[in-house]
Amino acid sequence: MKRREFVTKATLSSFAVIIGAEIVYGEKLLKGYTPLALQDPDPFKMFNKNPEMVVLNDKPWNIEAQAHLLDDKVTPNSKMFIRNNGLVPENIDAKNWTLTIDGESVVSKKSYTLSELRSKFQQYTYQLTLECGGNGRSEFDPPAKGNQWTVGAVHCASWTGVRLRDVLEDAGIKSNAVYIGYHAIDQHLSRDPEKEPISRGCPMEKALMDETLLAFKMNGEDIPLVHGYPLRLVAGGWPASVSGKWINRISIRNKEHDGTKMTGDAYRVPCEPVAPGEKVKDEDMCIIESMPVKSIITYPRTGAMISKNKTLRIRGHAWAGELEVSKMEYSIDFGSTWKECAVEKSANRLAWQHFSADVQFPKKGYYEVWARATDSRGVSQPMLLPGWNPKGYLNNACHRIAVKVK
Amino acid sequence: MEREPSFREQVNTIYRLLSVVFILCVLTGGGLILLVLKPSSSNVDIAAYEDLIEQQEVVDDNLIENGVHVRTGLVEAEGLMEVVNNCTTCHSAKLVIQNRMNTERWNATIRWMQETQNLWDLGKNQEIIVNYLVTNYPPKQKGRREILTDIEWYELTD
Ligand code: HEC
Repeated sequence: MKRREFVTKATLSSFAVIIGAEIVYGEKLLKGYTPLALQDPDPFKMFNKNPEMVVLNDKPWNIEAQAHLLDDKVTPNSKMFIRNNGLVPENIDAKNWTLTIDGESVVSKKSYTLSELRSKFQQYTYQLTLECGGNGRSEFDPPAKGNQWTVGAVHCASWTGVRLRDVLEDAGIKSNAVYIGYHAIDQHLSRDPEKEPISRGCPMEKALMDETLLAFKMNGEDIPLVHGYPLRLVAGGWPASVSGKWINRISIRNKEHDGTKMTGDAYRVPCEPVAPGEKVKDEDMCIIESMPVKSIITYPRTGAMISKNKTLRIRGHAWAGELEVSKMEYSIDFGSTWKECAVEKSANRLAWQHFSADVQFPKKGYYEVWARATDSRGVSQPMLLPGWNPKGYLNNACHRIAVKVK
Repeated sequence: MEREPSFREQVNTIYRLLSVVFILCVLTGGGLILLVLKPSSSNVDIAAYEDLIEQQEVVDDNLIENGVHVRTGLVEAEGLMEVVNNCTTCHSAKLVIQNRMNTERWNATIRWMQETQNLWDLGKNQEIIVNYLVTNYPPKQKGRREILTDIEWYELTD
């Protein structure tokens, strides 16, 4: 190593020690990427994330949890994954924030301030499971495009807000309404003001459900900036991209919404199953609606070593999109035998359900504990990867942890 | 290990940050620097800081160490600078490195970015970029389900 480089390193490491923080992503700071009160370039500090969260991408920010971090029944902010398609907005002025309802199928275009939303409509609180459509993408072969999420792009927080239905009905819904599409203030990565990073939506039926909220609180507090402050659409059980962040406009459409990432292969899977790696034409791709049945073991962390004759207490969560989880099982012999275990009712519709079991092992050795959920229609999680698709969505294969009995 | 970029990855960004801070420090009084720095660390001295000033041109945006382009984390190989210049302005190179594709799918991805994400025409650089990507970041075969790897074993005591 050249002396110069050594000196630089020594100096820089000391500097990091002196200011008491790792100077990660300093580049953003220097390029003027300093969102409201986010001058700290360390993403874990900036977003209040647990240090064990994993950064997949730093521009745009994409950060996921690990299975054991998701042990809480209601996910705290520190362990919630971040999926951004564009740049986190800066200088948000909640006082002057308005939400406009417009579109071909609105009776009268109308705008509401946040305080009008709060005072005019009744508020509701629900725990809602939001899972990124691409959670588990990293396992597909051939590899699928996008951020390579493993298991941690899911959370179930408690959201408070008003029903989207109440607001849409206040503005008036024409009988030809088909879909809603959201618009938000985040900037496209190219900083082209004409471009929206993402503008998705859902059919009227989902928009009008009791649990579909325009939320201004998460876990009892203002929504953290990176999760959509001051207003987020929350549609539990569907790909989390339907739950638009930083919402300032919702269009009631007379056709399927055609905003950014509604078309092409974004958040779509082949309408008919294809072989791994097969090319699929855009017109043969169908929009993902409800997410499939899935579960995750959140305790213990994978890699546990226990002594023989000890019972291993496992626990985790299971969810099934629009449906309920009706059965939970685990296997310690790679699916040769399954044992049913207890699964609680959900706190409310679309919230994940908690399961637990006391697992006994017959002899010493290496084991994997696999978990398998079954939904109310009798559909279970596969042990192998489900159908390959070009963008690697909907991997709901069984989660497993490694255990050694000594 | 994504959440902790290697020290080298940070060198460049830290360095630039440092320069700014250093100027501020000079303004607030050079003498103070020594006083503040000395007790916290043994291997920092004023000479190092002077050296840093000189280095402004040495540690640049295109520093390569141990075969890795420090600023982006991309491996050094033919086509590196074409990738750096065309593929790391909108999103970080982390998104590029995460993705493994063959030539055909890379070309399709580039076309998608051109049609929908404001990516410009790459001209003859497209072939250079795609060659760099398929050569240095080839897909790994995983089959229908991989075995569990990188398990960190620990005693579960309660
Ligand atoms: C003008 C801006 C821009 C440039 C320049 C650019 N990209 Fe992108 N790229 C994007 C956007 C926007 C996305 C979507 C990001 C997201 O969804 O998180 C993207 C996504 C990607 C993805 C993920 C694809 C997917 O389906 O999710 C890959 C891989 C990628 N880019 C590679 C590249 C490569 C290689 C280059 C250089 C040839 C490049 N990008 C240059 C804007 C750009």
